[in-house]
Amino acid sequence: MTSLNFSPAIRSALRLSPFKLSSAMVLAASLLATPILAHNAAAKTFRYAFQGDLNALDPYTLDETFTIGALGNVFEGLTKRDKDLKIIPGLATSWEVMEPTRWRFHLRKGVKFHDGEDFTADDVVFSCERAMTGGSQFKGNLPAVKQVVKVDDYTVDMILSSPNPILTSQLDTLFMMSKKWAQANNAMETQPASAKELNPGALKADGTGPFYIVSHEPGVKTVFKPNTGWWGKRTDNFDEVDFTTIKSDATRVAALLSGQVDMIEPVPVQAMQKVNDNPGTKVLSAPELRTVFLTMDQKRDELLFSDVKGKNPFKDVRVRKAFYQAIDIKAIDSKLMRGLGQPAALLVTPVVFPEAKDFKRFPYDVAAAKKLMADAGYPNGFSLTMHCPNDRYVNDEAICQAVTTMLARINVKVTLKAIPKAQYFALAGASGGYGTSFGMLGWTPASNDPLEILTQLLGCRDDKGNGGLFNYGGYCNPKVDALAKQAMVETDVTKRNALLVEAFKLTTADVGALPLHQQYLAWGISKKIQIVQRPTDPILFYEAHKD
Amino acid sequence: MLAFSIRRMIEAWVVMLIVALLAFVLFRYVGNPVDQMAGQYTSLADRELMHKQLGLDDPILVQIARFLWNALHLDFGISYHFREPVSQLLMKRGPATLELSFAASLFAIAVGIPLGVFTGIYKDSLWSKFFLGVSLIGVSLPTFLIGVLLIFAFSVELHWLPSYGRGDTVALGLWQTGFLTASGLRALILPSITLGLFQLTLIARLVRSEMLEVLRTDFIRFARARGLSERAINFNHALKNTLIPVITITGLQIGSIIAFAVITETVFQWPGMGLLFITAVQSADIPVMAAYLILVSLMFVTINFIVDVLYAFVDPRIRLHAMSAT
Repeated sequence: MTSLNFSPAIRSALRLSPFKLSSAMVLAASLLATPILAHNAAAKTFRYAFQGDLNALDPYTLDETFTIGALGNVFEGLTKRDKDLKIIPGLATSWEVMEPTRWRFHLRKGVKFHDGEDFTADDVVFSCERAMTGGSQFKGNLPAVKQVVKVDDYTVDMILSSPNPILTSQLDTLFMMSKKWAQANNAMETQPASAKELNPGALKADGTGPFYIVSHEPGVKTVFKPNTGWWGKRTDNFDEVDFTTIKSDATRVAALLSGQVDMIEPVPVQAMQKVNDNPGTKVLSAPELRTVFLTMDQKRDELLFSDVKGKNPFKDVRVRKAFYQAIDIKAIDSKLMRGLGQPAALLVTPVVFPEAKDFKRFPYDVAAAKKLMADAGYPNGFSLTMHCPNDRYVNDEAICQAVTTMLARINVKVTLKAIPKAQYFALAGASGGYGTSFGMLGWTPASNDPLEILTQLLGCRDDKGNGGLFNYGGYCNPKVDALAKQAMVETDVTKRNALLVEAFKLTTADVGALPLHQQYLAWGISKKIQIVQRPTDPILFYEAHKD
Repeated sequence: MLAFSIRRMIEAWVVMLIVALLAFVLFRYVGNPVDQMAGQYTSLADRELMHKQLGLDDPILVQIARFLWNALHLDFGISYHFREPVSQLLMKRGPATLELSFAASLFAIAVGIPLGVFTGIYKDSLWSKFFLGVSLIGVSLPTFLIGVLLIFAFSVELHWLPSYGRGDTVALGLWQTGFLTASGLRALILPSITLGLFQLTLIARLVRSEMLEVLRTDFIRFARARGLSERAINFNHALKNTLIPVITITGLQIGSIIAFAVITETVFQWPGMGLLFITAVQSADIPVMAAYLILVSLMFVTINFIVDVLYAFVDPRIRLHAMSAT
């Protein structure tokens, strides 16, 4: 360590300082300064900080966007997605539909797992069975798969119980594991998220992907190194990727501005200007797949949190529509989100469902909303409690606050209760008996297919949650359910889309839920980094590059 | 002394039992852990199964009994959020918090006592007034703001110090220490100042007022009359007599430094127990919360116990009194 190698900052500080610094202080300061400079000049390490943690290395333990996405650097599925999220060959080079309930997959030859074992049909059969049983959260990815059969070492057949038009869309996150590795590591069964014991393989990973995990300290740091024998094409030039969690917004921004990390995610809305003004950094933003919307309890005969007794105002479509038209989403997105929100007409983004572009929002119109309220018999409005998470979506609490103000214009007095997400979901979800009257939810369709919006978010459910498990408002239109059921097995894409459009027309007319917007991703990156921004939180290291 | 110790031990167990009871009552309001770990496709039946597997269906007293029984075997279960055994997590995170707390206390004492002595002796000097004024900042600014300000000054603007994390660590057996690497020491500076500033102010002000008190007493006047040097008077005689309350406060504050490192650790993404606890609260990670609360209460009762014993050693009057009493 050279003690006299001052950084420019210190030299200028010394020059400008009106105080006479003692030589000890100078020495101390230079000791402090040098290692940071040395670190910056180090080899191509990509340092990446996210607000959340990487919470499982077993690829079937957690069906959670960030965990799956981060593991997507280590593992691969039979299919993959390109930059526009189109399905492309992954570990399967091609596939064909032998008959509607039998799909044949031809596997990529010469692929090796990180531990050197060959990837073969045995691994596919093993992985699918592992994912379909026990504590796996990916059972839902293979709802129609009855059996996976090995034809030869590089061919497998998937036998379905009913035709499934989106099978390949569900396979991209169903990561392939090595059977031999699982045997050696005692990881034959999925580590269940709720288990009392940890199986020995749960904190290790062995995939076929472009990176492998060197060390993993949950909640602190995970180190990845490139798998040089990877079969695919990579643009990255990294010797190492250091992933760390930085929870605090201000600290995460500071880490980027000070050059300690190359990329942060997300940049809080209020710090975007600062990141862009800083010479070495910039913000990359684009709409995310997630749609944020409001839910209205249409199931109960009397709302839990309202002064209207003996009846439920939300059962009247005019009231729901009045709420819709009273909300000025453009103002929310331009002022509150500072342009980082894209108003939505459906609960699904046009990126996933291009037909969504043809749907228009009901216009923002306070007069019309007032009239609807009067027609429904509430000319003087009513009062109501709204529940919102305050640490889940971008500006969630502020958006709810704005909604309460806007609804005041149609005489609806809304009391806002913003609570942490852990409490919110326990109240608003099935486990809390769907205990809100007016709430907020955001949703990313996991297999990038719009159908689950109709089943999970808008499908009829009972009081316990059988049916549309995340249908917080309890909206129910049997016609929508029937259309969804048809679409589930319709293999003709055009016909299927027509069914979906028809269903969405119904849910829109019914105002089953109140769509708000797609929030934007905001990534803060060093200008030395080039990276592909897919419309979702996780990043693929092999699509990045560092100068 | 033995009887005294045993009595305190029993009290300690009672305190910890009460903490455990209160904690489990509070856990009912942190949210449902299953919602935090289930995926979008996890079926209702699977969710109910998970709830059952986690033992959340059992009555609260059964849950507490099970927790205490396992805790006696040093088994705190598996973290719902990190999926790692809690005891292992605490073993990894504990050293980070302890080292940070140690550095913060050291900073508070090493700067606080001289500052207190100085402002006590030269109570009318401008510097004293300046120090006292500045020290008000230490008590009045919230910790997270001080942390963020330090980060923006020393890491974003000046690029001198890291803004987050613990730097490189070296393993000494099970203990991961940051004291032995340059980056570890550098990473320690800002968080320990942030964490220690409040204690520093407290100690400085305490020493000052004690000094003012002691300097007025007869024995100091006599010492002066005997012609002892100012230095000997101030440091040997006066300072020594101010230390009883300082030890008490410092001792008790060490407990709160460790327990309330939560905010500092969150601001600096310091991988200690406080950050672990915050994450646990946000994700309804009951095993981690329970273990942390028990550990912190254990720490508090232990520290109180040690302070009591130290008292007896520093002040012979207490020792004699304790002996005659038992």
